[in-house]
Amino acid sequence: MSLLSINVLDIRHGLLQAVREVTFAVDQGETVALIGANGAGKTTLLRAIAGAHRASRGQIHLDGLDVTSMPPYQRVARGIALVPEGRRLFAAMTVEENLQLARASGRQGDWNVDRVMDTFPMLKARRKARCGTLSGGEQQATAIGRALMTNPRVLLLDEVSLGLSPLAVDLVYKSVESLIASGATILLVEQDLKRALKVANRVICMLEGRIVIEGDAKTLTREQITDAYFGHYQKRSQTEKAP
Amino acid sequence: MDVHSNLSIQRWTNLSLGVTIAVAGLFALLAVGPVFLPGNILDKLTVLFIYVCLAAMWNALAGYGGMISAGQQAFFGLGGYLAIRLSEWGIWPYPALIAAALLAGLSALPISAIVLRLRAGEFAIGMWIIAECIRLLVNLDPIIQGDTGRSLIALSAFDAAERRIFTYWLALAAMGIMLGVIFLLLRSRLGSSIQAIRDDEEAAASVGVRVSTAKRIIFVIAAVGCALAGALWLATFTTFQPRSFFGIQWSAYMIFMVLVGGIGRFEGPILGAIIFFLIELWLGSAGVWYLIVLGFSALLFSLFLPKGIWGYIEDRFHVLLLPVGYRLQASAGGPAAGPREALR
Amino acid sequence: MSFLSAVIDGVLLGGYYAMVACGLSFMFGIMKIINLAHGSLAILAAFMLWMIAEKLGYDPFLALIVVVPAMACLGWLLQRAVLERSARSGELVPILSTFGLAIVMENSLFEYFGADTRSLAPYVGSLSYDSFEIGGGLYVGELAVLTFAVAILLLGGLQLFLTYTPLGCAIRATAEDPDTVELVGVNSRFVNAVAAAIALVTVGLAGLFLGLRSSFDPYVGSMQLIFAFEAAVIGGAGSLWGTLAGGVVLGIAQTFGAHVHPQGFLLAGHGVFLLVLVARQYFSGHYLRAFLKSKLG
Repeated sequence: MSLLSINVLDIRHGLLQAVREVTFAVDQGETVALIGANGAGKTTLLRAIAGAHRASRGQIHLDGLDVTSMPPYQRVARGIALVPEGRRLFAAMTVEENLQLARASGRQGDWNVDRVMDTFPMLKARRKARCGTLSGGEQQATAIGRALMTNPRVLLLDEVSLGLSPLAVDLVYKSVESLIASGATILLVEQDLKRALKVANRVICMLEGRIVIEGDAKTLTREQITDAYFGHYQKRSQTEKAP
Repeated sequence: MDVHSNLSIQRWTNLSLGVTIAVAGLFALLAVGPVFLPGNILDKLTVLFIYVCLAAMWNALAGYGGMISAGQQAFFGLGGYLAIRLSEWGIWPYPALIAAALLAGLSALPISAIVLRLRAGEFAIGMWIIAECIRLLVNLDPIIQGDTGRSLIALSAFDAAERRIFTYWLALAAMGIMLGVIFLLLRSRLGSSIQAIRDDEEAAASVGVRVSTAKRIIFVIAAVGCALAGALWLATFTTFQPRSFFGIQWSAYMIFMVLVGGIGRFEGPILGAIIFFLIELWLGSAGVWYLIVLGFSALLFSLFLPKGIWGYIEDRFHVLLLPVGYRLQASAGGPAAGPREALR
Repeated sequence: MSFLSAVIDGVLLGGYYAMVACGLSFMFGIMKIINLAHGSLAILAAFMLWMIAEKLGYDPFLALIVVVPAMACLGWLLQRAVLERSARSGELVPILSTFGLAIVMENSLFEYFGADTRSLAPYVGSLSYDSFEIGGGLYVGELAVLTFAVAILLLGGLQLFLTYTPLGCAIRATAEDPDTVELVGVNSRFVNAVAAAIALVTVGLAGLFLGLRSSFDPYVGSMQLIFAFEAAVIGGAGSLWGTLAGGVVLGIAQTFGAHVHPQGFLLAGHGVFLLVLVARQYFSGHYLRAFLKSKLG
């Protein structure tokens, strides 16, 4: 059984249908990349899995347990952790306080502040610094560390490269790779296709709320991915589609 | 694209035209009321008109301007006090009432400079404190003998029946004028600005709405309306007592009327005033239980029916009585857009 | 009375105001709600203490053992039943619902207890009128000093709680970003309910000291709300130590005002409040900007 399974999920954003009939699964130890143009529904989907957004239809199962109607903090307690787009750190609090906050989830595990410091060495010097004073890369590291402190079973990463310098992104992805190497299950949304394909086992491409292509990151061709990304895939089958 | 040429913006519907004519007729009928209505009915109607005025003013502030005031009693009391003051200086009582209201409106300008920048709860209590300050200052005037108060002696120049009729007419006129001012305001460009501010002040400012000017205008209009109501209350009940005129219960009444009637709707406060009037008729003698019922209703409505009764009716049955909004109408060929498309 | 004596009295009075304002400030800082029922809740606590003292004969300080948990539960209930729901509907609804609540409370208290003023002073021996000399012929009231001391302890305790405990941390985080805090595993509804409970506990203490220092009746709540608000705004709403500063400024203004004129007590306090309000806008450049705009057309 998959660790995380999404079934026919529909999500509305006000009057807009942001996600339509999305179905996929993530197995233990897998890294799945969710790609697609802006507005495709990727962030909404991730937020819905974490519980920050309500799904109007469908189910979300974590290791067989139906979490669809659980509030976010209960999902965190079960093992889903989201690193939100834009980091969303508590700027008035220190790095250490942000990390310690995550202990509220009550989940036991290997992660603690020291281990986070080891995974993201750049934070060692900034342990007592207020998050509002951190650089983009440091903030991202703290945000990921904060999610890790909840000892998650599934880690959701939303656009971790956004707004960071290439060097900072390199550092962040190095840490992500080490997490993958230690067996983490990760679902990540990423604009940077190259990086996404490098770390992922599987790739899911979304367009206008639907999944248009899904497959192994190594075997899908460049052409297939770019076609799906830009919707050429849809154009080809225009005749079969009803308006 | 072709679809646009079929659409036009309408302000009047057949229903709203009919209702407007009916309202005009009602006013005319009320105006000749003294001819066929008994004295005590005229008294009660006067009170009702004052309530409608107060409710409409509070609604203008909160429903259109987004400013919740727990201190409109400042102007209510100021209207009563200034009427007494002016009368003491020799001005005839009825003109003094009007002058008092206008002076109170003037006083609203410096007050607005202090409080308008406050948001939400701060504004509410800020106005309450202003009311307290004005009450204390009024108490300093030697003609107001503390809690004993002072009567509008000059009114005794008229006999009881005359006084009743003049006060009734003034109240009817005041209600009509204040409602009319609000109505015109809503239909004007300023009206759209105001409602934009209520919905999202920052967004409104970003599209060029002069937020502080619009709010100031509403604030002053509301001050004049409340002061007029206070002056009329004085004319009806003759005695001015600071504690009673500047009491917080006036805010409680206004909040009740607007919340229950329907906030942000033109017809809402009128409905709320009528309901309030009826409740007072039946429960008024029940002392504090009356206030407990009012407070509890305000609480329940704010939690469960925040748009009030009229808001609920409008939403449920898509009824728009008076032409204060806009409707998108497809012309001759196409189907008319329903009230659902109307922008409020 | 000497100048120094008036200042000291004002400062000590400020301690009381800081205590009353504490809960209001706390609730505003955490949940962004101004609780218009704040004053009536303090009066409710005072009446509860009075009932226990009058009917059961217990010292009001001892009665706190019952009243403090009662107020905490009330805070929890208030948050879950009223505030949570109102806050969801926007900025303006909580004002209306708490106002309605205030009206219900004061009039219910009047219905039950009547208009007679009560006081907690008779139940604490001579505490409310004893004074001691602090040197130079100056006397200060024992109660005033106790009130000030308790206020300091309360504010200090709250500050420590917020800074160093995990729950305090969670409260601060929830105040800053209630949506994200859930994503980190914090139950924001629980946290807000705890914050409300804490706020009402401070209100309970304020009620005790109100009853000790003066008499009260069901309608005194509005004045307490106004003083609390003024103290909080003068000191900078949302900051706990600022609330103390604000309370002290208010207390001093009122004490000096009282010497000038019988109405001066209240007028001076309101006056200082309005001055601070205007000054704050002036220094934030609002008036300057408006002035410049009018000059530049």
